[in-house]
Amino acid sequence: MSANTNAFTGGFSDPVFQSQSIFRMLMDGMARPGSIHTVEHDAGQPDPLGPAAGAIALTLCDHDTPVWLSAGFSKSAVGEWIGFHSGAALTREKAEARFAFVEAGATLSSFGLFSLGTQEYPDRSTTLVIEVAELGRGQSFTLSGPGILQSKAVEITGLPEAFLRLWADNRPLFPRGVDVVLTAGRSFLCLPRTTKIAA
Amino acid sequence: MSADLATYNFAYLDEQTKRMIRRAILKAISIPGYQVPFASREMPMPYGWGTGGVQVTASIIGPEDVLKVIDQGADDTTNAVSIRAFFQKVADVAVTTHTKDATIIQTRHRIPEAKLTEGQVLVYQVPIPEPLRFLEPRETETRKMHALEEYGLMHVKLYEDIAINGRISKTYAYPVKVDGRYVMDPSPTPKFDNPKMHMSDALQLFGAGREKRIYAVPPHTDVVSLDFEDYPFEIQTFEQDCALCGAHGVYLDEVVLDDKGGRMFVCSDTDHCEDRREHGHVGAMLAPNQEAAE
Repeated sequence: MSANTNAFTGGFSDPVFQSQSIFRMLMDGMARPGSIHTVEHDAGQPDPLGPAAGAIALTLCDHDTPVWLSAGFSKSAVGEWIGFHSGAALTREKAEARFAFVEAGATLSSFGLFSLGTQEYPDRSTTLVIEVAELGRGQSFTLSGPGILQSKAVEITGLPEAFLRLWADNRPLFPRGVDVVLTAGRSFLCLPRTTKIAA
Repeated sequence: MSADLATYNFAYLDEQTKRMIRRAILKAISIPGYQVPFASREMPMPYGWGTGGVQVTASIIGPEDVLKVIDQGADDTTNAVSIRAFFQKVADVAVTTHTKDATIIQTRHRIPEAKLTEGQVLVYQVPIPEPLRFLEPRETETRKMHALEEYGLMHVKLYEDIAINGRISKTYAYPVKVDGRYVMDPSPTPKFDNPKMHMSDALQLFGAGREKRIYAVPPHTDVVSLDFEDYPFEIQTFEQDCALCGAHGVYLDEVVLDDKGGRMFVCSDTDHCEDRREHGHVGAMLAPNQEAAE
């Protein structure tokens, strides 16, 4: 038996209602950037994928959404697990990916190789799910933009070093650009491309 | 016996369809006012009956939700009653007519008078999502116009209105600009409701089934009705108060009473009207001394 048998374990115990509840948190998160949500349902994802990232994968991915994995995830059973449970194909081409999952501590070089959508179809862009150390504690950031009344303060531990610079490059591309979900264990927050971040 | 029969999935749509619509909704929220194409399904009701709104509601609704459905502001008209019954049957959700109790409000052509709150989602049924469609019939061209933020044609249309009629004559589906970027059709709501979309506390989702588009306005987002400095945007005003509840400054429907010119004006938002009457407000036609007055 290979180590990859854990690709076949897990999954939602009640897919219809659990994915609905995860989606509602995602929808609320995108509509109110920076609000922190907690995933209670266990998706039984293999390490090193976090529970929130695993639940988001099973809620949104399927055979229509090629998935890109960062190096750390590629070496694990994560790809097979997502493939087995959602039917999503893995891709090595960032530009083809509808969803990209990035493990904690991975180096981010650029968002530009991911799909940014086109000026005519800006919705055809990659959504990145990036694991960080902790949400709700750590370095403080100020968010503003649609969905936020004036401004919102969030604390994030372990945001990749280059993130703020990459995000500042992403915002002027509007309406093109990537959208980001930051996950930390069971919690997540959303950063749609419209959100401005100040350190 | 009936337990052996196949039943519909929760909220009618299959899970793959819900995922596809959910992804479209998330992208719509992250690009406010932009119309996201989606693979609209056939629903057990004809296009034009709110299939876009129904598909959006079916994709977001859960067992904990409380659903309200309105048609031109009313809870008790055909479209509202049949869609409410549909979700009671296929999703077994709680329904209400009280705006403040609802978590999801599906609407055809009105925004409730009561201020919506943070926990609420307003789902619009949209017939024609493209605000530029009657100015430019080709989708390839309107898409390019949105891409280039080229909205001069819309301003020309509004200007011609003023040149011909002396004022902007559009009274419903009045175009708005969302977050300073996309020009959007607010669906055929009366322009009276446009200011309610601006900086709303509630998330607003728009579904167009036949035209296969979903778009959104996140909470706390600028929604500005297009106008000119010397011809500023104005909403409708009514000289009368509601004949049943006496409400002033709300949107009123005109009801013809007989063939001798008799008519009354009543709140288009039935819940707002009933709520006011319960709280003791009385309009001219319900006043107890009405007969004496005549």
